[in-house]
Amino acid sequence: MVELMRRRGLPWLLLLAALAAPFLMSGYDLNLLARFMAMAILSLGLVLLWGHGGILSLGQGLFFGLGGYAIAMHMKLADLPGGSLPDFMVWTGRTALPGWWAPFASPAFALLAVLLLPALAGALFAWSMVRRRIGGTYFAIITQALALAFATFLISRQEVTGGFNGLTGFQSLFGWQLADQKVGRGLYWLTLALLCLGFIGIRALLASRFGTLLGAMRDGENRMRFLGYDPAPYRMVAFGIAAFLAGLSGALFTLHAGVISPAMVGVVPSIEMVILVAVGGRMSPAGAIFGTIAVCYARDFISSSFPDLWLYLLGALFIAVVTLLPGGLAGLVRQRRA
Amino acid sequence: MTTATADLLLAVDGVTVDYSGFKALDGFSLTLGRRETRVVIGPNGAGKSTLCDCIIGRVRPSAGRILLRGEDITQKPEHAIVGAGICRKFQAPGVLAALSVAQNLALAARRDRRWWKALGTGMSAAEQETVAAVLAEIDLAGRREVLAGTLSHGEKQWLEIGMVVATGAELLLLDEPTAGMGPAETSRTAALIRRLAQSRSVLVIDHDMRFVEELGAQVTVMHQGRFLFQGGIADVRADAQVAQVYLGSHR
Amino acid sequence: MEGLVLPQLFNGLSVASLYLLAALGLALSFGLMRVINMAHGEMLMLGGYLAFLTLSLVPGTGGILLAVPVAFVGAALMGALIQLTLVRRLLARPLDTLIATWGVSLILQQAARDLFGAVGVEVRAPDWLAGSVQLGSMAFPTARLFILLATLLVLGALALLFRTTRAGLHIRAVNQDRAMAAMLGINVGRVELMMFALGTGIAGLAGVMLALLGPVTPTVGQSYIVPAFLVVVLGGVGSIQGTTIAALMLGLVSAVAQIFVDVSVAQLLLLLFVILFLQVRPQGVITTSSRALDG
Repeated sequence: MVELMRRRGLPWLLLLAALAAPFLMSGYDLNLLARFMAMAILSLGLVLLWGHGGILSLGQGLFFGLGGYAIAMHMKLADLPGGSLPDFMVWTGRTALPGWWAPFASPAFALLAVLLLPALAGALFAWSMVRRRIGGTYFAIITQALALAFATFLISRQEVTGGFNGLTGFQSLFGWQLADQKVGRGLYWLTLALLCLGFIGIRALLASRFGTLLGAMRDGENRMRFLGYDPAPYRMVAFGIAAFLAGLSGALFTLHAGVISPAMVGVVPSIEMVILVAVGGRMSPAGAIFGTIAVCYARDFISSSFPDLWLYLLGALFIAVVTLLPGGLAGLVRQRRA
Repeated sequence: MTTATADLLLAVDGVTVDYSGFKALDGFSLTLGRRETRVVIGPNGAGKSTLCDCIIGRVRPSAGRILLRGEDITQKPEHAIVGAGICRKFQAPGVLAALSVAQNLALAARRDRRWWKALGTGMSAAEQETVAAVLAEIDLAGRREVLAGTLSHGEKQWLEIGMVVATGAELLLLDEPTAGMGPAETSRTAALIRRLAQSRSVLVIDHDMRFVEELGAQVTVMHQGRFLFQGGIADVRADAQVAQVYLGSHR
Repeated sequence: MEGLVLPQLFNGLSVASLYLLAALGLALSFGLMRVINMAHGEMLMLGGYLAFLTLSLVPGTGGILLAVPVAFVGAALMGALIQLTLVRRLLARPLDTLIATWGVSLILQQAARDLFGAVGVEVRAPDWLAGSVQLGSMAFPTARLFILLATLLVLGALALLFRTTRAGLHIRAVNQDRAMAAMLGINVGRVELMMFALGTGIAGLAGVMLALLGPVTPTVGQSYIVPAFLVVVLGGVGSIQGTTIAALMLGLVSAVAQIFVDVSVAQLLLLLFVILFLQVRPQGVITTSSRALDG
């Protein structure tokens, strides 16, 4: 009976605690939690793509960055008095706004860009790969090159991207002052709501025939092909969904962190996104959320207290998880229950 | 034994497969009628599996054509060939170990394989009917919810035959369906194939002569990628040329 | 324009030779084991630091000649350690191998930072390597010519190894059919270990070459490793010719692109080139047709 209560009750208890968090935590701690929840949205996409689809993306930072930069560009423009240029453009000596910046002044365009751009870019890229049956290690390596090229491009085009420092110094979003505590709480609840929606959506997708087929194509690609299925569109859609969630995650993260920069989208952060999921359990949406938040807290704590130690620990974590705990924490829980 | 054009289902027409100098198939031709069962035999390296590979589009021939109901399918994508009505059972059972027996059959039984149609759960009435019928046919109805990975080797072979049947294919390619089976299981498999063959065309590859005899079908003998002989099993046994290249080498 | 094109082509050739040295080891072990070692870049770094240490103890030409075997053996030993402790255990899980070896890469980078500092160290190369060779109206930097020569020597040595030695025969056998090779009594595990160590050893050599061109930093390997990965993808599975051609293609594409655009755009174009190339030939430059198709 207690066991049943614990199993059934725990998720609801956690949700209740998460809902109440703004009243229990300091503004700083709440902001931290909100960032980690935003990251967890990206992790949900990797559960679908990597855990169930068997497709490892080492380039999720690209889609995270597309979402983040889209909302950041909007906020940079919205904060400006009409006709003037964002601060970093002035510093680098630009005299006019680049044409592709202009539409981001519209909130509707920026929102659409956050929701559509990463998903479409992801689907397009994935299609070019899966239609030629490029998968496995090759696919992973090419996505890593994608993250590298994106970050390098951002750094080198300082006058239009903010360069190494990225975009920062936002005042308001859609007219709400970000410094206002109420706005901070609202954004936290929004992030929580989107995380819950993502969780429910991914669980439903995994429980549907789509999830079964995706897993079957991972385990028996040729058998599925010769049962009449073409894996390419399924994989493209899975990648597109993961890219969509990464873009959403990037936009929310940018709102909470108040900055988006190449250091958050390149090769290193992209592969760290994978380890967040691996720790919690690549097959389990709940595990991925838990793992993401736990590792993010650990990083925050250890890397501020013992910065040199953190990279050794992170390296050891990468090795330990795949060799000792391939199912992640969720796999461990499942084993103990069984 | 020629078949009238109207009854012709499959025509392999002068197909050559060249693995950088080594010809796995060398101008090979074969026709198969509707509801005809054919057994293809030949010594190792005769090109039997490559023939299957060509028909299902896994290997593209460098010369020749493959026609299904008169339509050229030589360059069609694999999934389109299955859609046109050909499905193959591989030598090593390729069942999906992590799914139940019923789930394996359900995947095969789906006619509409477009991704957005997969967003729902459950099976349509027609699919349920197919799955139930196939389960009865392959005699695994009692193991419906068992994970396919936990089946015995023989059961896996039957399940994969069932999956191929569940696609609704008009032509079944069965590549060594009795590989790894004992005599009792082999006989059951032969009986299963004879039942299935009543309403479809079946192309069987095997070299277990007792099994081939039990199937009681026409036999095509291949040798070094080429056609060697065709006839009943008795004729095959009596033919000196066949004895030399095939049966002789088995002794 | 012509005055720009020729030096850029030479540049491309020398970039290609570095890509090739960095990629050869990756390609060899990918061909054999279907795994990519994400810590391969750190083998370059290791070779670079070993060259630095050797040349600090033994300056001059002798130091360079000594640094080459030291870097090779040092990186090969490190590779052997990685293969024995990680790669071997994860052989059937290539994606997990990527992740685990990335962990190794992080640890090695941080170790280098702790031992040598985050700022790079400069190798004191002998004077003759610092000059350049005048040929007509053009000057070729000696260090780059040296690297070109070293790359050709490595290719020649590999060809000799594969074609004429017993070990080479075993490697080719395992490459073609693992199971059959094992049945013939070849110790597949040992062949794989040797191959992996050989590959990381070559990366160590590449590290010596990098040390001649610029400072050795804890992340020096990272700047060459992604192009090296792309060379492997482009080259096709397990073929030295394919890898060589792919390295030449990428080196030249990147050098020619840099006539018109800056380095970062050239990098984007390089990636685009690879993606487009794969649309036409997904199997890479060299396609090995084998009867044993993957299941």
